[in-house]
Amino acid sequence: MAGLITSQGSVALDRPAWIALGRSDSVPRGQGRCFAVGRFRIAVFRSRDNTVRALENACPHQGGPLADGVVGAGMVVCPLHAHRFRLADGSGVDTTLSARSFAAEIRDGFIFVAIPADA
Amino acid sequence: MQIEKTRLLVIGTGMAAGRAIDEITQRAPGRFDITMFGAEPHTVYNRILLSDVLAGSKSPEGIFLYTTEWFESRGVKLIAGVKIEKIDRARKVVIDAAGREERYDKLIIATGSLPLVPPIENLNLPGFFVFRTITDCQLIAGYARRCRRAAVIGGGLLGIEAARGLLNHGLEVTVIEVMPYPMVQQLDPDSGAMLTRRLEALGLRFLFEKATQSVLGANAVRGLTFKDGSEIETDMVVVSCGIRPNVKLAVEADLKVERAIVCDDHLQTSDADIYAVGECVEHRGRVYGLVAPLFAQARVLADHLTGADRTAAYAGSKLSTRLKVMGVDLVSAGDARPFDGPGVAVTRYIEPERGVYKKLVVRDGKITGAILLGEVDGASAVMSAYENETVLGERRADLLFGGGVAQADGVGALALTATVCSCHQINKGPLIATITAGCQLDQLGAQTRAGTGCGGCRPQLEALVAAYGKTDPSAAWYVKAVPLAKPELVAAIKRQGLRSVSAVLHELGDGSDDPLSKPGLASLLRTIWGAQYEDERDARFINDRVHANIQHDGTFSVVPRIPGGVTSPAQLRRLADVAEKYNVGMVKITGGQRIDLLGIKKEDLPGVWRDLGMPSGHAYTKAFRTCKTCVGTDFCRYGVGDSTSLGIAIETRFQGIEAPHKLKLAVSGCARNCAEATVKDIGAVAIPDGWQVCVGGAAGLRVRAADLLATVATPDEVLRVIGRFIQYYRENARYAERSPAFVERVGIERLRTVLLDESSDEVRRLDQAIAAEVANYRDPWREGHAPVEVTQFASEIPA
Repeated sequence: MAGLITSQGSVALDRPAWIALGRSDSVPRGQGRCFAVGRFRIAVFRSRDNTVRALENACPHQGGPLADGVVGAGMVVCPLHAHRFRLADGSGVDTTLSARSFAAEIRDGFIFVAIPADA
Repeated sequence: MQIEKTRLLVIGTGMAAGRAIDEITQRAPGRFDITMFGAEPHTVYNRILLSDVLAGSKSPEGIFLYTTEWFESRGVKLIAGVKIEKIDRARKVVIDAAGREERYDKLIIATGSLPLVPPIENLNLPGFFVFRTITDCQLIAGYARRCRRAAVIGGGLLGIEAARGLLNHGLEVTVIEVMPYPMVQQLDPDSGAMLTRRLEALGLRFLFEKATQSVLGANAVRGLTFKDGSEIETDMVVVSCGIRPNVKLAVEADLKVERAIVCDDHLQTSDADIYAVGECVEHRGRVYGLVAPLFAQARVLADHLTGADRTAAYAGSKLSTRLKVMGVDLVSAGDARPFDGPGVAVTRYIEPERGVYKKLVVRDGKITGAILLGEVDGASAVMSAYENETVLGERRADLLFGGGVAQADGVGALALTATVCSCHQINKGPLIATITAGCQLDQLGAQTRAGTGCGGCRPQLEALVAAYGKTDPSAAWYVKAVPLAKPELVAAIKRQGLRSVSAVLHELGDGSDDPLSKPGLASLLRTIWGAQYEDERDARFINDRVHANIQHDGTFSVVPRIPGGVTSPAQLRRLADVAEKYNVGMVKITGGQRIDLLGIKKEDLPGVWRDLGMPSGHAYTKAFRTCKTCVGTDFCRYGVGDSTSLGIAIETRFQGIEAPHKLKLAVSGCARNCAEATVKDIGAVAIPDGWQVCVGGAAGLRVRAADLLATVATPDEVLRVIGRFIQYYRENARYAERSPAFVERVGIERLRTVLLDESSDEVRRLDQAIAAEVANYRDPWREGHAPVEVTQFASEIPA
């Protein structure tokens, strides 16, 4: 069960793994894009000041693609029914639902996300 | 030294269990080491909404009440899909099916209830279902695909909701009831007959006074026989005859059980370390199967168990229900069945043509029972009076025919301790406190839970917010992040030369880049600056980034422009080829006389556009959409004006012009108005010597006939007047304000004065502005050839 198969090879998830998703400019500033990492679909958002945040690309309400949402003020607005979630931790702004969040950062121009051990 | 936490186990993950844990962890965060065991493999969900899941209007996830993250945040361990088989009170452990043991200090039994299945012969056949859980819904929905007919045994509230849900699967559905009318718990014979007619009009069939004897069929359900010797054919059967408390564990643990687990006013069972809550509880001889009593029990249990209020006592609940079937309004409270007695007065109002039935049973001046069918305007006031045991005035009609104003009065007249939301037992006082602290209507549910159960108290909540809420100054602002109304905002933008959304937010805004404000600003800047607008893609809604309309599954719909709805064999052939090549999920003729290709993946959009070779129809954005036409003088023997040519000219000229909201148009060739031009944002109708142009029509959420703006002689004049109106609307409407609201706000007289004075400078300016916008138009689908970002059309990027 443990482990993650990506196009870069497989990653053992015996401890948390930082995985490079691609160059930072694959996510235009102020927008989000969805990345496929093994069985995960991760929405990565890059702010206008070049910080990245990552949430599971499925709105907890009805599975909407959060990566397609409008972003700002530290939130993303789901494109389906406009529920808002904080990018920092996935918590809902106007709902008790929350989206799963992943740690993310830019290193050397590449976007990295942390996949928890045995996720 | 660490003190070991009290170990609290909960058997059950239903609504009562979820609510009890919510209340406990609010009162005593971190004090208990809590584990919940649930036989169902899900988190806690809203069982009331199962009929919506069966009907397909909600997904199973859509009715979840608490997420797994929520359980983590409250420090509660949720073990879903594990059934507890035994409680060993001597050793204070529970034992699951695999023999694993878990020790408890305190235990809550919330095992709920099981479906009641009457003694029917031969029921162990494929196609025979009960209706109680998400899994049941999924099994029923799956099996329904291969069926033509379904029978629902049980004409109570749940049976009717289930039957209505099955209609959505395209089945012929028959409801079978032992009694002579449906919902005998709540209704009397007259209202029962009326409800039957309402439901029959929706497509349900009923068989009354039929007791089921046996299921017909050898390998699968084929029919039912009844005790009177008759029978029907059916492909599946759903039983919804009520519930029985699930008390097996309690009986085997030798707790005191009569009809259900006997509990005192603190919800303690005969063992002081064991509490029970929900449908498995018997309290003062009564067993409840509705949500409001369970929530009330959960609060008392939490108060007592945590010590927050050791004196908290449950005194029993008053019962009310609301039938959740689209198109049927029915609310009932207490006991409204026929009975006589001293001091009892019954008030009835019956209007058979409209299916309206209202009944109040009043004892000693207080409502003890009520039925409101077909028109529930007064429901909130009646329910409050019932719940709060208000002594009624003499004019009972005031209560039965509430209407909006009377309801506001109704809630105004309530005491501060009166209940407003009966599902969650929330009183008027705390609601007013929350509202005066600045809470707006849209946040009231999140902050207080009020209105989030059955939703029946929403009119009262609205009245309270209207009466006590702070007038929200931001209501007048164009967008929330910039504290200016549209005219001042436009002036500031022009004065400071702000050409991008980020520049406006930075110079004029509140310091945030509020995501809800960005699309409105983008629309405005586009109108002010035209070609000089500095486009920032992140300010656009996804539809405007990829020029297609996002659907519920994340795919998109594509509607190419077909001006005036006039197509050709070659174009249809191309559309068919594209639909096949890209495996389009659905090809749909739209109401706007166009063809919609649905279910297209984001990455396929450029290919679809290229292969179609047709321009964008803008069916995804706030812009000029389409212009419907009738066949006019080309073929129609009544036509007095060439509506198709004019419609094509209008659509070709104004295609894709962005506006505060969408614009849907139509042109009819004679007064018979086959193109329905008078319920469009802008319409033109031919008359013998010219054309009438009307604006502000709608046939959506509300229906409004358009106002006549001008009568003109030639198609050119029609184009000119329409252009002026569009430009005036673009400059003056609020963001997302459709034309009917705009026309009503500005007034048709003023529009005529401003837009029809051919000699005025303002008209000349409007004509020039819209002409410049038309010249500036560029088909957004050209981005298919030259994406503005490398990943513009990537739905997922492999890592």
